[in-house]
Amino acid sequence: MFAYTIRRLATLVPVLLGMTFIVFMMIRAIPGNPAQLILGQQATQEAIEGLTRRLGLDQPWYTQFFAYIKGLFAGDLGVSLKTNVPISEEIWPYLAATMELALVAMIIAIVVGVNAGIVSAWFQNSWFDYTAMVLALIGVSMPIFWLGLMEQYIFSIQLDLLPTTGRDNIRVPVDPITHLYLIDTLIQGRFDQFTEVIRHLILPGIALGTIPMAIIARMTRSSMLEVMRSDYIRTARAKGMKMFWVVYKHSLKNAMIPVVTVIGLQTGLLLGGAILTETIFGWPGIGTYIYDAISFRDYPVIQSGILVVATIFVLINLLVDLLYAAIDPRIKFK
Amino acid sequence: MKKSLFTLFALMLALSLALAGCSSGGDSGNGGDDEKVDPNNVMIYGRGGDSVALDPAVVTDGESFIVTEQIYEPLVNYGKDNTDIVAGLAKKWNVTDDGLTYTFELEEGVKFHDGEKFNAEAVVKNFERWAKSKDEEKFYYYKSMFGGFEGDEGHVIESIKADGDNKVVFKLKRPQAPFLKNIAMSPFAIASPKSFEGDKLSKEPVGTGPFKFKSWKPNDTIVLEKNADYWVKDLPKLDGVTFKVIKDNSSRLNALTKGEIDLMDGLNPSDMKKVQDNGKLQLFERPSMNVGYLGFNVEKAPFDKKEVRQAISHLIDKQAIIDNFFEGTAEPAKNPMPPSINGYNDSIQGREYDEAKAKELLAKAGVPDGFKMDLWAMPVARPYMPNGQKVAEAIQANLAKVGIEANIVTFEWGTYLEKTRNGEAPVFMLGWTGDNGDADNFLYTLLDKDNIGSNNYSRYANDEVHKLLLEAQSTPDEDARAELYKKAQVIIHEDAPWVPLVHSKPQLAGASKIKGFVPHPTGSQSFADTSFE
Repeated sequence: MFAYTIRRLATLVPVLLGMTFIVFMMIRAIPGNPAQLILGQQATQEAIEGLTRRLGLDQPWYTQFFAYIKGLFAGDLGVSLKTNVPISEEIWPYLAATMELALVAMIIAIVVGVNAGIVSAWFQNSWFDYTAMVLALIGVSMPIFWLGLMEQYIFSIQLDLLPTTGRDNIRVPVDPITHLYLIDTLIQGRFDQFTEVIRHLILPGIALGTIPMAIIARMTRSSMLEVMRSDYIRTARAKGMKMFWVVYKHSLKNAMIPVVTVIGLQTGLLLGGAILTETIFGWPGIGTYIYDAISFRDYPVIQSGILVVATIFVLINLLVDLLYAAIDPRIKFK
Repeated sequence: MKKSLFTLFALMLALSLALAGCSSGGDSGNGGDDEKVDPNNVMIYGRGGDSVALDPAVVTDGESFIVTEQIYEPLVNYGKDNTDIVAGLAKKWNVTDDGLTYTFELEEGVKFHDGEKFNAEAVVKNFERWAKSKDEEKFYYYKSMFGGFEGDEGHVIESIKADGDNKVVFKLKRPQAPFLKNIAMSPFAIASPKSFEGDKLSKEPVGTGPFKFKSWKPNDTIVLEKNADYWVKDLPKLDGVTFKVIKDNSSRLNALTKGEIDLMDGLNPSDMKKVQDNGKLQLFERPSMNVGYLGFNVEKAPFDKKEVRQAISHLIDKQAIIDNFFEGTAEPAKNPMPPSINGYNDSIQGREYDEAKAKELLAKAGVPDGFKMDLWAMPVARPYMPNGQKVAEAIQANLAKVGIEANIVTFEWGTYLEKTRNGEAPVFMLGWTGDNGDADNFLYTLLDKDNIGSNNYSRYANDEVHKLLLEAQSTPDEDARAELYKKAQVIIHEDAPWVPLVHSKPQLAGASKIKGFVPHPTGSQSFADTSFE
């Protein structure tokens, strides 16, 4: 398994290089000169040309590309055109914000999704099954924008239960240490702030978790249905085992492989795909960081931001593959 | 499986503790606040985007200025709700009759947030930092407002000298009538010279203003706290101001309704009624300092004939555009600059919607049956035009009534500006937000023949207008200048290189407890005398 992991990690390099190349070419295909956007509508032609030169954007694309790759191998992600700060210095708080949100969203999605799927399969064609699957269908097709605003309207404004936006109470802000606020508040022993942070995570967590929740529920249901028709389950039931254990112990374990795959893919997608949730909930995450960079034509940030997210995505999928062996001992990596 | 999961969590915890160990040293300074801040007396300002940097001299975006305006102060200020000049760090000033020498008498006993003394030398050092840099990309506004850098031919400032501790003397090469208005702009606020070292101002701003910088979480919050040693007695009234980014306009309003923020800009016009109906909220209207217009490239047929341009002016129903696309939060424009600016000619009669008149003018121009044309519409929402595409469609429908067939064209914003500047667009929508609140910044910048290829997108050249505008630039007397600008507007109105469409008035919403907040036309204002009831 160790050799397998190393081999998989080695294949990451060409994958990420290829992806970097595609992103590099794509952002240069979008019209619009970063110098013009940085300097604004008022800028003179000379100013625009001067800045273009200083940013090296007048160089041929391959010179720019190799300079960027060279920097990457030296651990240099580049400098943001907008803020003039090295990306490696400014990216972590954004990433931490999104990771915290994605984690909560996935916990909600997995706990609710897997259980809804199991119960639906257990009581196939019951009212619960129909309701859950209709809700799942709605969940997959729900516009997050609308869902987020509705959540705010109902749970914050009408019922006054939860805050509408942000990661913490703006009036009593968290002092960032690791930028993972759940951990920061615990380290500082600020349990009042810890509960505040959790309260702030609930609504965006649900909004972000809805689509993966629905996908996980549907996947669990179909996978469970398949397993529950197999012979060993019939045997287990025949010997008089309680249905609960048949479902949660015997069936679930074998039904988990496709579900874990989906969970892995969805977790990766959440990291980059949290843009809408971040926009609605005033969440300073990596999605808005990259999105802002696109509208600003901040090439280094777009490139390195996507590279970082892609790396995490690929690593999560590797982790999922390794988890297969833990879940199902019949799987061996060679 | 359980064991490996446990190991994973243990590893994560260890990692975060290690990270905590690395960076906790830098944060220990935060605990030592000398004064107790009352969190209920801190105003939270919700906005749609983050600041780029907190050194006002190097930025051009409103989201940066709105913050730097609290931290730094210029020598002279704008009036509370207009662009007239009032005292700032300079309590008095004197201009010689030839308009070439400005002597500023500074406030005494003012200190920067880092404890350094504010004096004449500090002012000189600030101006030298900009003038000697010759760095157009960095100090963009300096170059554009003062005509260049030290040694450049266009540079308007001949010399700046300290005369004792409290007097600064500016000598100009030639008169620049809007000089005081330029000095009052946010980019030319005075920073502590000590803070220039290492170029850290962008992240660690140090000025003399009512609020001091405390912390910045990018794309989230910027926290400012009260400057207890502020030189104006009894100000500021708030204990601090926090700027919070909430991108979406509707959720920003949700946060305001819930009381998480106290004041917000970027209110959707369609949400105005919600704010009016809510007893805990109030509306604020920012006076306009912009113009949205439909421009003609006067070098391209048939728009080289002024009758055609006038005819199209008669085909645009400005009030209908305002009612439908601005929800009433704008006023119809008849001049190229808004009424808040000194020199606005109110005696000009705007061209009313009149199909018969338009047909008559078209016949006079030799195109009685209309023609085909491209109508360029901007792809993005601008302060002066929230929905260019929709407004273009409305214009298109009206033009069709007299047989003018308009084909709507658009490009990505950067490309749009570039192509329009190069004269590729025959008819285009565009607008302008004023920099310094001076008529020169509208009429000369946008319609003088000197600026063809730059901001004169219409390529309009009229020698008489040119003469008037240059004369106004070197006339120090404000009333005499205003007369010159009024004359220029009459000629521009007759020539109709644009159809001025609207002056929009951005809406803000705030908690009803807010007192003393007056939105300024420039888009940024000090919160020094804002308070909670």
